[in-house]
Amino acid sequence: MKHESIPRVVSKWFIPPILLFALYVQFHGDFGPGGGFQAGVIFAAAVVLYTLIFGLQAAKQIVKPRIIETLVALGVLLYAGTGLVSLFLGYNFLDYTALDPADPPHGQHLGIFLVELGVGITVAAVMIAIFFAFAGRRRLR
Amino acid sequence: MIDMHLPILLIVVPLVSAPLCVLLRQKTLVWAFASLVCVASLGLASMLLIRVLEEGVISYAIGGWIAPWGIEYRVDTINAYVLLLVSIIAAVLMFFALPSVVDEVSGKQHYLFYTAYLLCLTGLMGIAITGDAFNVFVFLEISSLSSYTLIAMGRDRRALTASYQYLIMGTLGATFIVIGIGLMYMMTGTLNMFDLSQRLPPMFETRTAMVAFAFLTVGMLIKLAMFPLHMWLPNAYCYAPSLVTAFLAATATKVSIYVFLRFTFTVWGAEFVFEKLNLDIFLIPLSLIGIYVTSLSAIYQTNIKRLLAYSSVAQIGYMMLGIGFVSVTGLTGGIVHLFNHALMKAALFLAAGCVVLRLGSSNLADWKGLGRRMPVTMAAFVLAGLSLIGVPLTVGFISKWYLILAALEAGWWPIALLALLSSLLAVVYVWRVVEVAYFQKADDDSKIKEAPLMMQISMWGLTGATLYFGIQTDLTVNVAQRAAGLLIGVTP
Amino acid sequence: MISVGLFNYWACMVLMMIGLYTAIARPNLVKKLIGLSIFQVSVFLLYITVGKVSGGTAPILGEGIEAYSNPLPHVLILTAIVVGIATLSLGLALVVRIGEAYDTIEEDEIIERDIVND
Repeated sequence: MKHESIPRVVSKWFIPPILLFALYVQFHGDFGPGGGFQAGVIFAAAVVLYTLIFGLQAAKQIVKPRIIETLVALGVLLYAGTGLVSLFLGYNFLDYTALDPADPPHGQHLGIFLVELGVGITVAAVMIAIFFAFAGRRRLR
Repeated sequence: MIDMHLPILLIVVPLVSAPLCVLLRQKTLVWAFASLVCVASLGLASMLLIRVLEEGVISYAIGGWIAPWGIEYRVDTINAYVLLLVSIIAAVLMFFALPSVVDEVSGKQHYLFYTAYLLCLTGLMGIAITGDAFNVFVFLEISSLSSYTLIAMGRDRRALTASYQYLIMGTLGATFIVIGIGLMYMMTGTLNMFDLSQRLPPMFETRTAMVAFAFLTVGMLIKLAMFPLHMWLPNAYCYAPSLVTAFLAATATKVSIYVFLRFTFTVWGAEFVFEKLNLDIFLIPLSLIGIYVTSLSAIYQTNIKRLLAYSSVAQIGYMMLGIGFVSVTGLTGGIVHLFNHALMKAALFLAAGCVVLRLGSSNLADWKGLGRRMPVTMAAFVLAGLSLIGVPLTVGFISKWYLILAALEAGWWPIALLALLSSLLAVVYVWRVVEVAYFQKADDDSKIKEAPLMMQISMWGLTGATLYFGIQTDLTVNVAQRAAGLLIGVTP
Repeated sequence: MISVGLFNYWACMVLMMIGLYTAIARPNLVKKLIGLSIFQVSVFLLYITVGKVSGGTAPILGEGIEAYSNPLPHVLILTAIVVGIATLSLGLALVVRIGEAYDTIEEDEIIERDIVND
């Protein structure tokens, strides 16, 4: 669809706000509805839109499959790593109080922030990976 | 620190290692790393069992949120026993993995294979360790999704359809379980198993309780492949890579049986399930019919892996039979058989895997004269096969002994007789393999190289265990007895 | 008589039966997965319905609001939705591979081709 000017221009207008909105949903999750899952999916939606307009090859040059795969793993590690930090600091697994024992609510805040970031990264990467995997297959007959 | 956090480390170690495998990528490196993790899990699981036997129930609150509000990991004798079983199998199989996976899985997918393997391990351990009903579902899906992937990695294209069929049945089963859990939550407002067991009794008269229990039971019976809900199992075991077959046969259904035990005895209580709803009236005949029908199907199979898969369903029948007696002896028999069957079936599937590596086929017709061509592997197959029949001095004998003892204790001698007679069917299907391998002449009688040493270590390790635990029954039977007593609510 | 208060439960049951039937009875592998998804979604509906408190609003702290719906089922279902997505995409991936290996995604034709192959 690269040569159709209307979809191309419209998508160019839309992709940055979508990415920005994903970040908003991600980081505003503490105060209103939102969080890693939703943000990850919205972020991936921007990449999906880009792929639909400019083609799989172009998209794979921007977000390399190898990097996506690494991000899937890193997100999970960030989540579990947050838990392990509290473990090493002598608290129970995922007990965010460990992150700031002097001010437990702040510790909880920080913990949730990190965990949700991990979730967001993994979800976005997984959604993109799934889309690429399906888009990469040729059509049957 | 390790001592205090044992329950969570058992889950987190394989869970964190799975994404690390993706980052490592390099074949042998990933294998070495995964092996290390499996051995570490085995160490943690043994430490956990020792502590549970010394101190009793261990509870761990995730995130410091105390139960019943937070997710609680609750370990008592029975799940420590299951955890040990799963980690033993996972660790022993890693020796087998290196040559077998190189042979059966395409090189580019190796690191993904081990990632899925570790995730499956995480899921199975998670199911066994958690004390939260919904958490069971989450871990169940982690283990199921990774096992669908593992099965689909088989060479044959039928592995894909087998995996798909398992996916449909498995998801239906898991969703049934979620419905059951949802209705339980609706009645009590809690998801903690211990809390549920306190709050459910006043609800026993309501229709919701019956419906919840019905959904839960059907879901669990699909997952543990109880006859007649076992249709997904033979294909899945038959076409999966050898390592995956051995791993799933030894652990997945066993963990599902643990879930069944946990929900029926701990959460709902034997009184409601067996006295009010009389589940045993339904469980015992179904187990017996299942044993006979699937053993007969096993006799007519022409593919060894399929034959063993049908035999697995029959053996699940024995475990459910033991549970159906609702006595300490019966449960001991069921729980011991759970452990013993895992050992022998894994050994058998590994022997089949060794032959597949060298011969490239698990068709019975191709196994002619194999007794002379691969004597070491076939010797292991025969020894583990003797266990399957229940010959004295093997583990199979121990578990059948307790089952028959339980039947006689309850005064149901026809059931004891039927269970005894069903062993004859096992004789027939094991004999068929032996007959082909030892007494039929191969078209090509040249000697085949035995499987690599790594695979032999796993195979003989497990075969040796079937003999060792057949003579030295202290560990398995004593722990199973304590677990059975705990489930039924009497201390032996 | 269908009482209005139980409408959600009835809808949920109807969807559940449609999903279950499709997942079991349809020979087309993609339709089976669609059935499976409908079945799962009906369970999500069941959970959400259980969590509703009459007169309660969305469980976000606000001034002058006294009754909140129970957020726990929502969280549980968020997990179940993710599991559902994973299952669906894995199922579809399998169907794609089956399609490539067999050149068909009709169950009866696949069985036929396997028999010919044996």
